[in-house]
Amino acid sequence: MHDVALFIPCYVDQFYPQVGMATATLLERLGCKVHFPEDQTCCGQPMANAGSTDAAAPLAERFLRIFEPFPYVVCPSGSCVSMVRHHYRDLLPGRTVDAVGKRTFELCEFLVDILGIQSIPGRFPHRVGLHQSCHALRELRLGSGSERVVPRFNKVRTLLASLEGITLVELTRPDECCGFGGVFSVEEEAVSCAMGKDRIADHLQAGTEVLTGVDVSCLMHLDGLVRRDRQPLRVRHVAEILAGASG
Amino acid sequence: MSAHADRAAPFVANDARMHWHDKAVWYVRGNRDRAAASVPEWETLRELAAQVKAHTLSRLAEYLEAFEQNALRLGAQVHWAADAAEHNAIILSILEARGTRKLVKSKSMLTEECHLNDFLAARGVEVVDTDLGERIVQLAREAPSHIVLPAIHKKKEEIGELFHHFLGTEAGASDPKYLTEAARGHLREKFLAAEVGLTGVNFAIAETGGVVVCTNEGNADLGTSLPAVHIASMGVEKLIPRAADLGLFLRLLARSGTGQPITTYTSHFHGPRPGSELHIVIVDNGRSALLSSETHRRSLSCIRCGACMNTCPVFRRSGGHSYDATVPGPIGSVLAPARDAGRYASLPFASSLCGSCSDVCPVKIDLHHQLFLWRRELSRLGLTPLPKRVASRMGSFVLRRRWLYALLGWSARVLGRMLPGRLLRWRINPWVRQRELPPMPKESFRAQWRKRRV
Repeated sequence: MHDVALFIPCYVDQFYPQVGMATATLLERLGCKVHFPEDQTCCGQPMANAGSTDAAAPLAERFLRIFEPFPYVVCPSGSCVSMVRHHYRDLLPGRTVDAVGKRTFELCEFLVDILGIQSIPGRFPHRVGLHQSCHALRELRLGSGSERVVPRFNKVRTLLASLEGITLVELTRPDECCGFGGVFSVEEEAVSCAMGKDRIADHLQAGTEVLTGVDVSCLMHLDGLVRRDRQPLRVRHVAEILAGASG
Repeated sequence: MSAHADRAAPFVANDARMHWHDKAVWYVRGNRDRAAASVPEWETLRELAAQVKAHTLSRLAEYLEAFEQNALRLGAQVHWAADAAEHNAIILSILEARGTRKLVKSKSMLTEECHLNDFLAARGVEVVDTDLGERIVQLAREAPSHIVLPAIHKKKEEIGELFHHFLGTEAGASDPKYLTEAARGHLREKFLAAEVGLTGVNFAIAETGGVVVCTNEGNADLGTSLPAVHIASMGVEKLIPRAADLGLFLRLLARSGTGQPITTYTSHFHGPRPGSELHIVIVDNGRSALLSSETHRRSLSCIRCGACMNTCPVFRRSGGHSYDATVPGPIGSVLAPARDAGRYASLPFASSLCGSCSDVCPVKIDLHHQLFLWRRELSRLGLTPLPKRVASRMGSFVLRRRWLYALLGWSARVLGRMLPGRLLRWRINPWVRQRELPPMPKESFRAQWRKRRV
């Protein structure tokens, strides 16, 4: 049995508790012993992306202290995982950050790479559109990506495709950014929303009923646009689909 | 709102035009994908090219000296320019020595960077850009909006209008073939009248002293064959060590930029033609300062293919002019702050950091990471907006205190549920202009988790 510490990003903790619960449920169902270190708050990504290293560094230091004791750290957000794995070394020069970084995983990545799972027993008879969150795709390499000339693979799609009755739709631009981008979403509001609306239009033409992805931040942005424009789409995190289908 | 955002918003506001631009540029990205996929060893080529460039930059001074010696041996004249002013003065002196007031130019982003056209025009020299896209923007008195597709922001109807006004084409004509023929006829006269032709340089080969120019229209070849004097302007970073390295870069350049296996013309200049002159102007203009920066040195590897622009979801929706820099898009947003951090402080933030640029870059510049690092430097220099710095500090203060974080999270959820929708959609908050806030749950995850445990 794997001891797993849940890393629940701040805004998921406060605004999307159902995603955290689905993550915990799924991991437990797959035989993990799940811990939630309550001292955790935020990995520091918002401050780091704003360029404020001084504000982000203490949060990175805090994160490492809290999660250092655990053999695995699992998080339902690719972007926050990438922050820990790839950017902490820029924030904390001289500090050994790789030990925790190497043990910190995005949920689907953990299921496929560490637990060795390729399929989830369960049923989800819907047309599902997968939004490929950029940091999960291009920094964590959860999939091959349309830019690189490498053998095609996609860990998230593999897991989703294993569900009975599911139809994964084909998009015209399979991995274009949704335009969230943290501080970008408000600082460059016009471009950010245009990017999001274009993604949604692509899903609508493909017949997506449920739009999913591994990053709650992208989904929060897309769902905000979907609800304002009253588009006929539901937005769900991949953990909610996998946990719900297998329950 | 940052400067780039201010310029991007009006471009986005014209929805039909924005989507037309997005599709036109995305089409080129699609061509690039197919061309790259046709080369099974593509990723190996990228890695090799990155290494050749890194190696060359690590010994740039030696390679520059070797290049100069070999170019001189071939009979070229070599000039060194520390900055744009020196570059422009050298060009003027070559024109004056020849006693001419006419210059035909093929595409050169370096001369755009040096604002050569304005400099020469102010001194009575007629400069004619001979690349079709460049000529279009020159007639429109605009800057190129893309380094490979300078007039990609212009519709054919607008070009028709411009040509009607300047070249006397039929009013209302917008057939691309007709307009291109008209430009061709107009430019032919300019070529024949010119005594000096200027080109950029794609690659300069240290081992041979030759320069290589890649174009699609053949204008560089006319501009160097008809006039008796050829000036080749190059940045110091254009060096490659050996002729044998050229194939690697030629395979990557056009495939990345336009999706062609190779540009229509790849012209090699090894010394002047008999009876003519070849001047090579080697320009620094801030490049050696960039070379000394351990963080941003890699951006000098850029071969100016334009792939990062074509793939950038922000560039496609905000247009090249929104960057207000010689080189727009991701690489431009990395290069411009090195030139003038204050003026271009908003550019590293004009990105969602999606990373697509880093994955298309044929020389593997870690573009989105470079943008991330620039944000840090700009913040340290105090060049990011004060509210952003204050918000980061306040956020950090709260997030270092679990109880305060939980309290504020709770308050946000309570307020979010209680306040009337009208107030929540108060449009002073940029989030809610076009988006809803997330529905506020009663309890946080940690509260639910605690309950489940007991």
